[in-house]
Amino acid sequence: MLRGFITLLVFQGIGESIVYFGHLPIPGPVIGMVLLFLALQAKNQGAPASLEDIAHLMIRYLYLFLIPACVGCFFLIKNNLEEWIIIIISVVVSTLVSMIFGALMMKYMLTRHQKKPEEDSQ
Amino acid sequence: METASLAVMFTLTLFAFGAAAWVFGASQPGSVFHFFLHPLVVGPFLVTAFLILLRIDYQQYRVANEPFFFLLDTTIVALAVPLHQQFYNFRIVAKPLLTTLIFSVFFASISAVGCALMLGADISIMVSLAPKSATTPMALRIAEKIGGNLSMTAGIVVLTGITGAIFGPALFNKLGIKDDRIKGFVLGICAHGIGTAKALEISRKCGAFAILGLGATGILTALILPCLVLLLIK
Repeated sequence: MLRGFITLLVFQGIGESIVYFGHLPIPGPVIGMVLLFLALQAKNQGAPASLEDIAHLMIRYLYLFLIPACVGCFFLIKNNLEEWIIIIISVVVSTLVSMIFGALMMKYMLTRHQKKPEEDSQ
Repeated sequence: METASLAVMFTLTLFAFGAAAWVFGASQPGSVFHFFLHPLVVGPFLVTAFLILLRIDYQQYRVANEPFFFLLDTTIVALAVPLHQQFYNFRIVAKPLLTTLIFSVFFASISAVGCALMLGADISIMVSLAPKSATTPMALRIAEKIGGNLSMTAGIVVLTGITGAIFGPALFNKLGIKDDRIKGFVLGICAHGIGTAKALEISRKCGAFAILGLGATGILTALILPCLVLLLIK
Protein backbone atom coordinates (compact mmCIF):
# COMPACT_ATOMS: atom_id res chain seq x y z
CA MET A 1 0.00 0.00 0.00
CA LEU A 2 2.95 2.32 0.68
CA ARG A 3 4.13 1.85 -2.90
CA GLY A 4 0.68 2.80 -4.14
CA PHE A 5 0.66 5.91 -1.97
CA ILE A 6 4.07 6.93 -3.27
CA THR A 7 2.82 6.45 -6.84
CA LEU A 8 -0.09 8.80 -6.12
CA LEU A 9 2.25 11.39 -4.58
CA VAL A 10 4.61 11.16 -7.56
CA PHE A 11 1.78 11.79 -10.01
CA GLN A 12 0.45 14.59 -7.81
CA GLY A 13 3.93 16.14 -7.86
CA ILE A 14 4.26 15.78 -11.63
CA GLY A 15 0.85 17.39 -12.11
CA GLU A 16 1.69 20.30 -9.81
CA SER A 17 5.05 20.82 -11.51
CA ILE A 18 3.52 20.89 -14.98
CA VAL A 19 0.98 23.50 -13.86
CA TYR A 20 3.64 25.53 -12.06
CA PHE A 21 6.19 25.61 -14.88
CA GLY A 22 3.65 25.75 -17.70
CA HIS A 23 1.51 28.45 -16.01
CA LEU A 24 -1.64 26.46 -16.84
CA PRO A 25 -5.06 27.48 -15.51
CA ILE A 26 -5.87 23.81 -14.71
CA PRO A 27 -5.50 22.31 -11.21
CA GLY A 28 -2.31 20.24 -10.83
CA PRO A 29 -3.95 17.15 -9.26
CA VAL A 30 -6.33 16.95 -12.23
CA ILE A 31 -3.33 16.73 -14.57
CA GLY A 32 -1.88 14.11 -12.22
CA MET A 33 -5.07 12.10 -12.41
CA VAL A 34 -5.21 12.22 -16.20
CA LEU A 35 -1.54 11.15 -16.43
CA LEU A 36 -2.07 8.26 -13.99
CA PHE A 37 -5.13 7.16 -15.94
CA LEU A 38 -3.17 7.24 -19.21
CA ALA A 39 -0.29 5.32 -17.61
CA LEU A 40 -2.70 2.61 -16.39
CA GLN A 41 -4.35 2.43 -19.81
CA ALA A 42 -0.96 2.18 -21.52
CA LYS A 43 -0.03 -0.81 -19.34
CA ASN A 44 -3.25 -2.40 -20.52
CA GLN A 45 -3.86 -4.50 -17.41
CA GLY A 46 -5.40 -4.11 -13.95
CA ALA A 47 -4.01 -1.51 -11.57
CA PRO A 48 -1.27 -2.85 -9.21
CA ALA A 49 -2.82 -4.19 -5.99
CA SER A 50 -1.03 -1.64 -3.79
CA LEU A 51 -2.34 1.24 -5.88
CA GLU A 52 -5.85 -0.18 -5.94
CA ASP A 53 -5.91 -0.61 -2.14
CA ILE A 54 -4.75 2.92 -1.38
CA ALA A 55 -7.06 4.46 -4.00
CA HIS A 56 -10.12 2.73 -2.58
CA LEU A 57 -9.09 3.62 0.96
CA MET A 58 -8.66 7.29 0.11
CA ILE A 59 -11.91 7.51 -1.80
CA ARG A 60 -13.65 5.97 1.21
CA TYR A 61 -12.27 8.72 3.43
CA LEU A 62 -13.05 11.51 0.98
CA TYR A 63 -15.60 12.99 3.39
CA LEU A 64 -12.99 13.28 6.14
CA PHE A 65 -10.70 15.35 3.90
CA LEU A 66 -13.62 17.59 2.98
CA ILE A 67 -14.67 18.48 6.53
CA PRO A 68 -12.21 21.39 7.10
CA ALA A 69 -13.32 23.09 3.87
CA CYS A 70 -16.98 22.67 4.82
CA VAL A 71 -16.34 24.19 8.23
CA GLY A 72 -15.23 27.29 6.34
CA CYS A 73 -18.57 27.21 4.52
CA PHE A 74 -20.48 27.12 7.81
CA PHE A 75 -18.62 30.19 9.05
CA LEU A 76 -19.45 31.89 5.75
CA ILE A 77 -23.18 31.18 5.94
CA LYS A 78 -23.20 32.44 9.49
CA ASN A 79 -21.62 35.75 8.44
CA ASN A 80 -23.50 36.41 5.18
CA LEU A 81 -26.96 34.97 5.50
CA GLU A 82 -28.49 37.26 2.87
CA GLU A 83 -25.99 36.34 0.19
CA TRP A 84 -26.55 32.68 0.89
CA ILE A 85 -30.29 32.82 0.28
CA ILE A 86 -29.58 33.72 -3.35
CA ILE A 87 -26.99 30.97 -3.58
CA ILE A 88 -29.27 28.30 -2.13
CA ILE A 89 -32.09 29.17 -4.53
CA SER A 90 -29.70 29.16 -7.53
CA VAL A 91 -28.16 25.83 -6.55
CA VAL A 92 -31.43 23.99 -5.93
CA VAL A 93 -33.13 25.27 -9.09
CA SER A 94 -30.18 24.70 -11.39
CA THR A 95 -29.42 21.23 -10.01
CA LEU A 96 -32.99 20.06 -10.55
CA VAL A 97 -33.17 21.56 -14.04
CA SER A 98 -29.85 20.09 -15.12
CA MET A 99 -30.75 16.62 -13.82
CA ILE A 100 -33.97 16.66 -15.85
CA PHE A 101 -32.04 17.90 -18.88
CA GLY A 102 -29.25 15.31 -18.49
CA ALA A 103 -31.56 12.34 -17.94
CA LEU A 104 -33.81 13.12 -20.91
CA MET A 105 -30.84 13.81 -23.15
CA MET A 106 -29.07 10.57 -22.27
CA LYS A 107 -32.28 8.57 -22.70
CA TYR A 108 -32.68 10.02 -26.18
CA MET A 109 -29.02 9.39 -27.08
CA LEU A 110 -29.15 5.78 -25.85
CA THR A 111 -32.30 5.02 -27.83
CA ARG A 112 -30.67 6.39 -30.96
CA HIS A 113 -27.49 4.45 -30.23
CA GLN A 114 -29.33 1.18 -29.65
CA LYS A 115 -30.58 1.08 -33.24
CA LYS A 116 -27.10 -0.13 -34.09
CA PRO A 117 -26.29 -3.71 -32.93
CA GLU A 118 -24.40 -3.75 -29.66
CA GLU A 119 -23.30 -6.42 -27.18
CA ASP A 120 -24.61 -6.15 -23.62
CA SER A 121 -21.93 -5.87 -21.00
CA GLN A 122 -23.96 -7.10 -18.07
CA MET B 1 0.71 28.35 17.76
CA GLU B 2 1.50 25.62 20.23
CA THR B 3 1.78 22.05 19.05
CA ALA B 4 -0.80 20.93 21.59
CA SER B 5 -3.58 23.15 20.27
CA LEU B 6 -2.73 22.14 16.68
CA ALA B 7 -3.07 18.51 17.67
CA VAL B 8 -6.37 19.15 19.41
CA MET B 9 -7.88 20.90 16.39
CA PHE B 10 -6.62 18.19 14.04
CA THR B 11 -8.12 15.49 16.26
CA LEU B 12 -11.35 17.49 16.40
CA THR B 13 -11.80 16.91 12.66
CA LEU B 14 -11.19 13.17 13.04
CA PHE B 15 -13.62 13.01 15.93
CA ALA B 16 -16.31 14.95 14.05
CA PHE B 17 -15.90 12.62 11.08
CA GLY B 18 -16.31 9.55 13.27
CA ALA B 19 -19.38 10.96 15.00
CA ALA B 20 -20.94 12.06 11.70
CA ALA B 21 -20.37 8.66 10.10
CA TRP B 22 -21.97 7.01 13.11
CA VAL B 23 -25.03 9.29 13.05
CA PHE B 24 -25.45 8.73 9.31
CA GLY B 25 -25.22 4.95 9.71
CA ALA B 26 -27.66 4.91 12.62
CA SER B 27 -30.37 6.95 10.87
CA GLN B 28 -33.11 5.27 8.85
CA PRO B 29 -31.84 4.76 5.26
CA GLY B 30 -34.20 6.07 2.58
CA SER B 31 -35.92 8.65 4.74
CA VAL B 32 -35.48 12.34 3.87
CA PHE B 33 -34.04 12.78 7.35
CA HIS B 34 -31.21 10.40 6.42
CA PHE B 35 -29.99 12.77 3.71
CA PHE B 36 -30.04 15.82 5.92
CA LEU B 37 -27.84 13.87 8.32
CA HIS B 38 -25.19 13.52 5.61
CA PRO B 39 -21.62 13.34 7.03
CA LEU B 40 -20.80 16.61 5.29
CA VAL B 41 -23.60 18.35 7.17
CA VAL B 42 -23.17 16.81 10.62
CA GLY B 43 -19.33 16.74 10.69
CA PRO B 44 -18.69 20.40 9.86
CA PHE B 45 -21.61 21.40 12.10
CA LEU B 46 -20.00 19.70 15.12
CA VAL B 47 -16.64 21.33 14.43
CA THR B 48 -18.21 24.76 13.90
CA ALA B 49 -20.21 24.50 17.11
CA PHE B 50 -17.06 23.57 19.02
CA LEU B 51 -15.03 26.42 17.52
CA ILE B 52 -17.73 29.01 18.22
CA LEU B 53 -18.13 27.74 21.76
CA LEU B 54 -14.41 28.07 22.46
CA ARG B 55 -14.12 31.32 20.45
CA ILE B 56 -11.45 29.93 18.11
CA ASP B 57 -11.40 31.56 14.69
CA TYR B 58 -11.47 29.63 11.43
CA GLN B 59 -7.99 30.65 10.30
CA GLN B 60 -6.42 28.96 13.32
CA TYR B 61 -8.40 25.81 12.71
CA ARG B 62 -7.46 25.82 9.03
CA VAL B 63 -3.73 25.96 9.75
CA ALA B 64 -4.03 22.90 12.01
CA ASN B 65 -5.94 21.00 9.32
CA GLU B 66 -3.71 21.79 6.33
CA PRO B 67 -2.80 18.07 5.89
CA PHE B 68 -6.42 17.31 4.96
CA PHE B 69 -6.29 19.83 2.14
CA PHE B 70 -3.17 18.13 0.83
CA LEU B 71 -4.76 14.68 1.03
CA LEU B 72 -7.76 15.98 -0.93
CA ASP B 73 -5.40 16.63 -3.84
CA THR B 74 -3.95 13.15 -3.55
CA THR B 75 -7.46 11.70 -3.61
CA ILE B 76 -8.15 13.44 -6.92
CA VAL B 77 -5.18 11.61 -8.40
CA ALA B 78 -6.54 8.37 -6.88
CA LEU B 79 -9.80 8.76 -8.84
CA ALA B 80 -7.83 7.59 -11.89
CA VAL B 81 -7.98 4.03 -10.50
CA PRO B 82 -11.78 3.45 -10.56
CA LEU B 83 -11.89 5.29 -13.88
CA HIS B 84 -9.35 2.85 -15.29
CA GLN B 85 -11.12 -0.20 -13.86
CA GLN B 86 -14.54 0.70 -15.24
CA PHE B 87 -13.25 1.93 -18.55
CA TYR B 88 -14.12 -0.93 -20.89
CA ASN B 89 -17.73 -1.10 -19.61
CA PHE B 90 -18.26 2.38 -20.95
CA ARG B 91 -16.70 2.00 -24.36
CA ILE B 92 -19.78 0.42 -25.91
CA VAL B 93 -21.88 3.46 -25.06
CA ALA B 94 -19.07 5.99 -25.37
CA LYS B 95 -20.79 8.25 -27.85
CA PRO B 96 -24.08 8.83 -25.97
CA LEU B 97 -22.09 9.25 -22.74
CA LEU B 98 -19.78 11.86 -24.21
CA THR B 99 -22.58 13.89 -25.78
CA THR B 100 -24.61 13.86 -22.56
CA LEU B 101 -21.55 14.79 -20.55
CA ILE B 102 -20.55 17.81 -22.61
CA PHE B 103 -24.05 19.30 -22.81
CA SER B 104 -24.87 18.59 -19.15
CA VAL B 105 -21.67 20.13 -17.81
CA PHE B 106 -22.29 23.32 -19.77
CA PHE B 107 -25.93 23.34 -18.80
CA ALA B 108 -25.25 22.88 -15.07
CA SER B 109 -22.79 25.79 -14.92
CA ILE B 110 -24.81 28.11 -17.11
CA SER B 111 -28.11 27.44 -15.33
CA ALA B 112 -26.55 28.16 -11.93
CA VAL B 113 -24.82 31.35 -13.06
CA GLY B 114 -27.93 32.46 -14.98
CA CYS B 115 -30.15 31.91 -11.97
CA ALA B 116 -27.81 33.92 -9.74
CA LEU B 117 -27.67 36.69 -12.36
CA MET B 118 -31.47 36.92 -12.37
CA LEU B 119 -31.52 37.12 -8.57
CA GLY B 120 -29.02 39.98 -8.71
CA ALA B 121 -25.94 38.26 -7.29
CA ASP B 122 -22.55 39.90 -7.69
CA ILE B 123 -19.65 38.56 -9.73
CA SER B 124 -17.84 36.76 -6.87
CA ILE B 125 -20.92 34.63 -6.22
CA MET B 126 -21.26 33.76 -9.90
CA VAL B 127 -17.62 32.74 -10.21
CA SER B 128 -17.98 30.55 -7.12
CA LEU B 129 -21.15 28.95 -8.53
CA ALA B 130 -19.67 27.99 -11.89
CA PRO B 131 -17.75 24.84 -10.83
CA LYS B 132 -20.64 23.60 -8.68
CA SER B 133 -21.09 20.22 -10.30
CA ALA B 134 -17.44 19.19 -10.19
CA THR B 135 -16.54 16.97 -7.25
CA THR B 136 -15.46 19.07 -4.22
CA PRO B 137 -11.68 18.62 -4.37
CA MET B 138 -11.74 19.56 -8.03
CA ALA B 139 -14.25 22.37 -7.61
CA LEU B 140 -12.03 23.88 -4.93
CA ARG B 141 -8.99 23.79 -7.16
CA ILE B 142 -10.95 25.21 -10.08
CA ALA B 143 -12.44 27.99 -7.95
CA GLU B 144 -8.93 28.81 -6.75
CA LYS B 145 -7.77 29.10 -10.37
CA ILE B 146 -10.67 31.25 -11.56
CA GLY B 147 -10.69 33.45 -8.48
CA GLY B 148 -13.81 32.25 -6.70
CA ASN B 149 -14.23 32.11 -2.94
CA LEU B 150 -13.01 28.66 -1.82
CA SER B 151 -15.21 28.24 1.22
CA MET B 152 -18.23 29.50 -0.69
CA THR B 153 -17.57 27.02 -3.47
CA ALA B 154 -17.19 24.18 -0.97
CA GLY B 155 -20.58 25.05 0.49
CA ILE B 156 -22.18 25.34 -2.95
CA VAL B 157 -20.82 21.96 -4.05
CA VAL B 158 -22.08 20.23 -0.92
CA LEU B 159 -25.48 21.86 -1.37
CA THR B 160 -25.56 20.71 -4.99
CA GLY B 161 -24.78 17.12 -4.03
CA ILE B 162 -27.40 16.97 -1.31
CA THR B 163 -30.05 18.48 -3.60
CA GLY B 164 -29.26 15.88 -6.27
CA ALA B 165 -29.25 12.94 -3.87
CA ILE B 166 -32.54 13.92 -2.23
CA PHE B 167 -34.54 14.79 -5.34
CA GLY B 168 -32.79 12.62 -7.96
CA PRO B 169 -34.57 9.29 -7.40
CA ALA B 170 -38.01 10.94 -7.24
CA LEU B 171 -37.20 12.90 -10.39
CA PHE B 172 -36.20 9.76 -12.31
CA ASN B 173 -39.49 8.13 -11.27
CA LYS B 174 -41.48 11.11 -12.55
CA LEU B 175 -39.59 11.07 -15.85
CA GLY B 176 -40.10 7.30 -16.20
CA ILE B 177 -36.37 6.52 -16.31
CA LYS B 178 -35.58 2.92 -15.36
CA ASP B 179 -32.13 2.48 -16.91
CA ASP B 180 -29.51 2.36 -14.13
CA ARG B 181 -26.87 3.65 -16.52
CA ILE B 182 -28.79 6.90 -16.97
CA LYS B 183 -29.54 7.30 -13.26
CA GLY B 184 -25.91 6.72 -12.31
CA PHE B 185 -24.35 8.89 -14.98
CA VAL B 186 -26.70 11.82 -14.33
CA LEU B 187 -26.20 11.57 -10.54
CA GLY B 188 -22.43 11.54 -11.08
CA ILE B 189 -22.52 14.54 -13.41
CA CYS B 190 -25.00 16.69 -11.49
CA ALA B 191 -24.39 15.64 -7.88
CA HIS B 192 -20.75 14.33 -7.82
CA GLY B 193 -19.67 12.33 -4.73
CA ILE B 194 -22.87 12.64 -2.75
CA GLY B 195 -24.90 11.63 -5.81
CA THR B 196 -22.46 8.77 -6.40
CA ALA B 197 -23.06 7.46 -2.88
CA LYS B 198 -26.78 7.47 -3.68
CA ALA B 199 -26.13 5.70 -7.01
CA LEU B 200 -24.15 2.97 -5.24
CA GLU B 201 -27.24 2.32 -3.09
CA ILE B 202 -29.30 1.74 -6.25
CA SER B 203 -26.99 -0.83 -7.88
CA ARG B 204 -23.34 -1.57 -8.75
CA LYS B 205 -23.84 -0.69 -12.37
CA CYS B 206 -25.50 2.58 -11.37
CA GLY B 207 -22.58 3.34 -9.05
CA ALA B 208 -19.97 2.62 -11.71
CA PHE B 209 -21.60 5.03 -14.15
CA ALA B 210 -21.78 7.63 -11.40
CA ILE B 211 -18.03 7.38 -10.73
CA LEU B 212 -17.38 7.85 -14.43
CA GLY B 213 -19.73 10.84 -14.55
CA LEU B 214 -18.09 12.36 -11.48
CA GLY B 215 -14.55 11.94 -12.79
CA ALA B 216 -15.32 13.09 -16.30
CA THR B 217 -17.27 16.13 -15.10
CA GLY B 218 -14.37 17.15 -12.88
CA ILE B 219 -11.88 16.93 -15.73
CA LEU B 220 -14.12 18.69 -18.23
CA THR B 221 -15.02 21.49 -15.83
CA ALA B 222 -11.37 21.88 -14.90
CA LEU B 223 -10.29 22.10 -18.53
CA ILE B 224 -13.04 24.39 -19.81
CA LEU B 225 -13.97 26.73 -16.98
CA PRO B 226 -10.60 28.44 -16.35
CA CYS B 227 -10.25 29.15 -20.08
CA LEU B 228 -13.82 30.45 -20.24
CA VAL B 229 -13.34 32.77 -17.27
CA LEU B 230 -10.05 34.07 -18.67
CA LEU B 231 -11.83 34.89 -21.92
CA LEU B 232 -14.66 36.67 -20.10
CA ILE B 233 -12.30 38.75 -17.97
CA LYS B 234 -10.38 39.88 -21.06
